[in-house]
Amino acid sequence: MKIYRIHALICAGGQCISAGGNDFEAALRTEIQKHGLEEEVQIVETGCMGACEMGPMMVVYPEGTLYIHLQPENAKEIVEEHFLKGRKVHQLMWEKAEGHFPTLNEVPFFALQTKIVLRNCGVINPENIEEYIAYDGYTGLAKALGEMTPEDVVAEIEKSGLRGRGGAGFPTGLKWKLTAQAKGDQKYVVCNADEGDPGAYMDRSVLEGDPHTLIEGMAIAGYAVGANQGYVYCRAEYPLAIQRLQKAIQQAKSAGLLGNQILGSRFSFQLQIRIGAGAFVCGEETALLSSIEGKRGEPRKKPPYPATCGLFGKPTLINNVETFANIPVILSKGSSFFNAIGKEGCRGTKVFSLAGHVKTTGLIEVPLGITMKEIIYDIGGGIPGGKVFKGALIGGPSGGVIPSSQLDVPIDYEHLNTLGAIMGSGGLIVMDESSCMVDIAKFFLQFTVGESCGKCTPCREGTRQMYEILDRISCGEGREGDIEKLESLGKVIQDTSLCGLGQSAPNPVLSSIRWFRDEYEAHIKKKVCPAGVCTMTKITTNKEEPRRGRKKASTRTIT
Amino acid sequence: MEEKKHLLEQLHDIQDADKEHHLSPKKVVELSEKHGYSPAKVYGVETFYTMYSTEPRGKHIIRICENQSCHMANAKNIIQHLEKKLETSVGGTTKDGLFTLELSSCLGMCSVSPAMMIDDVPYGNLTEDRINEIIDSYKEGK
Repeated sequence: MKIYRIHALICAGGQCISAGGNDFEAALRTEIQKHGLEEEVQIVETGCMGACEMGPMMVVYPEGTLYIHLQPENAKEIVEEHFLKGRKVHQLMWEKAEGHFPTLNEVPFFALQTKIVLRNCGVINPENIEEYIAYDGYTGLAKALGEMTPEDVVAEIEKSGLRGRGGAGFPTGLKWKLTAQAKGDQKYVVCNADEGDPGAYMDRSVLEGDPHTLIEGMAIAGYAVGANQGYVYCRAEYPLAIQRLQKAIQQAKSAGLLGNQILGSRFSFQLQIRIGAGAFVCGEETALLSSIEGKRGEPRKKPPYPATCGLFGKPTLINNVETFANIPVILSKGSSFFNAIGKEGCRGTKVFSLAGHVKTTGLIEVPLGITMKEIIYDIGGGIPGGKVFKGALIGGPSGGVIPSSQLDVPIDYEHLNTLGAIMGSGGLIVMDESSCMVDIAKFFLQFTVGESCGKCTPCREGTRQMYEILDRISCGEGREGDIEKLESLGKVIQDTSLCGLGQSAPNPVLSSIRWFRDEYEAHIKKKVCPAGVCTMTKITTNKEEPRRGRKKASTRTIT
Repeated sequence: MEEKKHLLEQLHDIQDADKEHHLSPKKVVELSEKHGYSPAKVYGVETFYTMYSTEPRGKHIIRICENQSCHMANAKNIIQHLEKKLETSVGGTTKDGLFTLELSSCLGMCSVSPAMMIDDVPYGNLTEDRINEIIDSYKEGK
């Protein structure tokens, strides 16, 4: 193997690319060539490093120098100063205090995390299976096939205490057990990669940064439940993720880690990608199955649950990307390793995407049970611009608001439920005093109205009614009794909607009323928006109408 | 039944190969006849998903995100600027047929918001100047 003097890891995650990372990389390669350093410096394109706010970014090893906000014109200086002369370019580094430039592992944003799901993201080249294998990749699958029965694997996952990371937190081991016990000549393993929650993008980062961990997790699941066919349903908005996953599937096949008789065992597993076409509701598991079957992505009623009657009517195991990404580690390191992280009832870690009014936005992975305060202030660096924290939205359009009085509550499934929020997929949007709660609630309702598939009435009509009330309030036309109406309507929609989309749609409204009722009252009684966001006057254009999402069928006739 | 190429994928293929990035009635009927679907089924599917268009569109599809974190990062102004720059409104196609402007529910680029995608290429940290630069580069035949 070739030995290089310097390893320059460039983040090639979606966010850094979108901020211009490719242009910097091209410039860096040119400079390296110009100085004849090709034999000394190795450039590695990695997946997402997490600190997206700092992007485009690069880490230079062996020492771990962190360069941030890179532009093509910076390449020359880095090569001439750092790579040739060994002098770090301080003005491009993250500065902790005046004159103090910590290496990657000393920056609090990175130092305070515990990584399982994102263990390889930003470390290895996602397009090279050998790098994944070098980091213990596929040892979990080898262990399962070589040393364990399918029942042993299910038992190990149960012991780990892992719960589904897609939102509801259903115990993963139990789900596997139910699918394994279901009777059927054909079973399927399906990965939900239709990550549509506004504010959440961890699945995208895993797919782009470490696709092999998903493949390994799904293959292990296939072995455990007795399925020989898997599908990854990925949203079409993630072309880079689809491309890297496709490449990884090819590599795994060539290496005998997917396909027939994996690693010489009797277990065979095929994996295919199915691409969505823009429908938020397809993140709901039964709607997703309809979509894989080539139908309109409308949810079905449960029961029967997918574990007994899923894809094409066969027993089907559905987990999301983050859940599957935990599996290889649980198998290779053992359930006791996993079980030691987190707390009773919620073991392991959770990835959150930190966005909004917080200093360092990006992806973080932390042990469950951590407090919101630690996430926002210790890892995220607090609120920028000297402003005051107001609330954090967790769980996207299905979630709720955590007010400043609840910042010390540990983040786990149960505590979040008692606060009227949900874990959801892990979107975490921080808001400072300049945000208006009525505006935020209205915004999410606008989203839900647009994305409701229209199959059941409570969701289709109820969310619309709630939206119209909120719209009135934000235009200064709120009436006495509107808050109560929102509450009762919300309760009915929660209780009577067919699927998770409708059942959770009122959450942002109900939780913001719960914690910020005075703000609603100010809008209604005093006709004032305390944050100064709402116009408080009727806007004449219909631009505020929900205009995204499900289309109305046009009147075109097919002849 | 699952051996048949996935219907959503076939619709993507037809739409991608079409010069005007849309699914014409003729193509839909052809597809349904070829595979034995009823045209109503295919039409039902294509009108359910936002990424399929029954109307002709421009050469490049711009999907601009207006969701929560983008909203908080002033996406509204960015969208207005884009509408002005392109001289069309959301849902419309520019006169030269180069761009169609659409909204997206979330592009998953929440940490570099406001964000948009042009075809398969993501652009984050958008400002009015950056938008001008990007749009001009496409106009110059990138």
